[in-house]
Amino acid sequence: MIECLKKEGVEAIFGLPGGAILPTFDALYDSGLRFILVRHEQGAAHMADGYARATGKPGVCLVTSGPGATNLVTGIATAYMDSVPMVCITGQVATSAIGSDAFQEADTVGITRPITKHNYLVKDVRDLARVMREAFYIASTGRCGPVLVDFPVDVSRAKTEFVYPKNVDIRGYKPTLSGPPKQIEKAAEIILQAKRPVLYVGGGCIASGASAELLEFAQKTGIPCTTTVHGLGAFPETDPLSLRMLGMHGTHYANYSVQNSDVLIAVGARFDDRVTGKIDLFAPKAKIIHIDIDPSSISKTIPVHVPIVGDVKYILRELTGLVKKLDIDEWHEQIKEWKKKHPLKYDQSGKQIRQQYVIDKVGELTHHDAVVTTGVGQHQMWTAQWYGFRHPRSMITSGGLGTMGYGFPAAIGAKIGRPKETVFCIDGDGSFQMTACELATAVYYKIPVKVAIMDNAHHGMVRQWQELFYNRRYSASELGPSNPDFVKVAEGYGAMGIRVSEKEEVVPAIEKALKHDGPVVLHFVVAKEDNVYPMVPTGHALDQVMDMA
Amino acid sequence: MKHTISVLVENHFGVLAHVAGLFSARGFNIDSLAVGETDDPTVSRMTIMAHGDERIIEQIIKQLNKLIDVIKVQDLTEEETISRELVLIKVNATSAGRSDILQIVNTFRAKVVDVNPHSLTVEVTGTEEKIDAMLELLRPFGIKEVVRTGTIALARKSELTLKKEKGESTKAQSASKEKE
Repeated sequence: MIECLKKEGVEAIFGLPGGAILPTFDALYDSGLRFILVRHEQGAAHMADGYARATGKPGVCLVTSGPGATNLVTGIATAYMDSVPMVCITGQVATSAIGSDAFQEADTVGITRPITKHNYLVKDVRDLARVMREAFYIASTGRCGPVLVDFPVDVSRAKTEFVYPKNVDIRGYKPTLSGPPKQIEKAAEIILQAKRPVLYVGGGCIASGASAELLEFAQKTGIPCTTTVHGLGAFPETDPLSLRMLGMHGTHYANYSVQNSDVLIAVGARFDDRVTGKIDLFAPKAKIIHIDIDPSSISKTIPVHVPIVGDVKYILRELTGLVKKLDIDEWHEQIKEWKKKHPLKYDQSGKQIRQQYVIDKVGELTHHDAVVTTGVGQHQMWTAQWYGFRHPRSMITSGGLGTMGYGFPAAIGAKIGRPKETVFCIDGDGSFQMTACELATAVYYKIPVKVAIMDNAHHGMVRQWQELFYNRRYSASELGPSNPDFVKVAEGYGAMGIRVSEKEEVVPAIEKALKHDGPVVLHFVVAKEDNVYPMVPTGHALDQVMDMA
Repeated sequence: MKHTISVLVENHFGVLAHVAGLFSARGFNIDSLAVGETDDPTVSRMTIMAHGDERIIEQIIKQLNKLIDVIKVQDLTEEETISRELVLIKVNATSAGRSDILQIVNTFRAKVVDVNPHSLTVEVTGTEEKIDAMLELLRPFGIKEVVRTGTIALARKSELTLKKEKGESTKAQSASKEKE
């Protein structure tokens, strides 16, 4: 096992030991491989995931059977929903004990079947090298995803000659890269005739490493570009063609552009419900061109006119060769007008610290160059709106499963993958407390991540929905009275903690955190009742936008 | 509309669970499922009957293709196919009704495989329609038990085999070709 991991060039393994995986940990002891001991296995999964999203290389976790494996489940599901390459190795009871309800036994392959791209139970040590080779291959090719290898303790004790297979040949798995030329030509024809085209870009563009190709295509044709939350950074938001994010909390102008478009080019995006709003009313006038590596994404939720299955990078390159500058000045004028009339905004008056203000300042002070991770909720949407992403792999967030507690461990993983860059986790008071124990991991391994807790004393997004749709009945959404002193929590673990409750302290505190060579917890006491706008309520069309008065 | 989908899969444990799990997780309904080894012992063939509109069937086929252990998928609905189901029917048979039952058995080219003082067990093979028709005729006598294998089917002209192809896999090609 350890030899396989070395062959795959694994730089870091995240995990926690236990009985059924002890032989592997024994081999790890003097292997020279870097191991990060976490406090809870969920943290290991999110760290491996954060590492993978930051670097593009598969993240690796190693845990024990039973509870070790089940604690990984939320992390695996998170990675599966967002197509993140990961290889999870779980210990298992001895093959002879499987099915006997042995101590720390769980049907791990059964439990993880619907949340992995593929999984294996290794029953014979002679299969191990092939399985590991396939696991890394499957995880990191095609539409990426987590692969789990369940490893019984007797198999891990058995001996065999180590031969690592050079090639992978799985007859049921041959991901395609190049798109069909006819479809690409057809798409180009449609694009050349477009009067109101829009690019709608998702995480697939980043996974494919196609940001440069995207920019070239957009600039050559002059087609404006909006991104999903996972597409943030694929296209620089500083570019005049950027429409920023679309969807439930997207900009007015992105949503209006999509709704009024005559040609919509979806690039590595899957028409998720948070993006499309009411599906029957989505982009009603548009011919849709859909470029995606996963055939099952095509026409899943919405009928598509020109499907192109293949790698985004390759197809964009081909497509760029077939198009020219479009004559769409009128369309640009229209968008400019929308931008002027409905910019992103927030209430800057008053003494309260607004999350939007903090995030805006974090963006400024990190020159929009940091790797940013988030939890889930209001702070996540405000980060998407206000940070100002310019680079691919700089926004790391759980957009599919929506896993609170993801941000902080993901930041640790990202920092391990990209140690030279600033890694900032923008978190909520609710989200942070779900995985706060990983402060111990960050301190022990000296991983200098910065965490900004936006403490609004609530599960803010839940509170917002209760305010808007449940008649202000704040059922179980208030955290204030039971929140800890976050500065003391940080200090208790040996990290730096800074409390910020005045607006003028925000900038100096961020500067201080950035200067400090170690993990820092910034505790921002922010406005309690503030809502994320614009907002398209569920069941509405994208251009039926609610906004602040 | 009812669809017959033929699927070649790796013949090892867990594959059936993967396929069944796909249907339950995505809310697709299986009408029947028959599995058995093919001529190549490393490969099994599943014949799945499922119903749904075009979009659902398209998703079922795409999701099946996505499974690593699935080697090939073919929708037989639009092909000319031979399909068969085997059924055992235990029917009440008093001395009065016995000869009428035997007449039905003969008409359907079925056979009696077990005789009891109070019942007959009949074996019949055929298409789903034929079997449904026979069950309808036997029902007045009192059917005690029925077991059906689920439909198995083969296309008459095209073959779903493991022939190796150069370049891209058929799985990927079929996905892109659609709607071209």
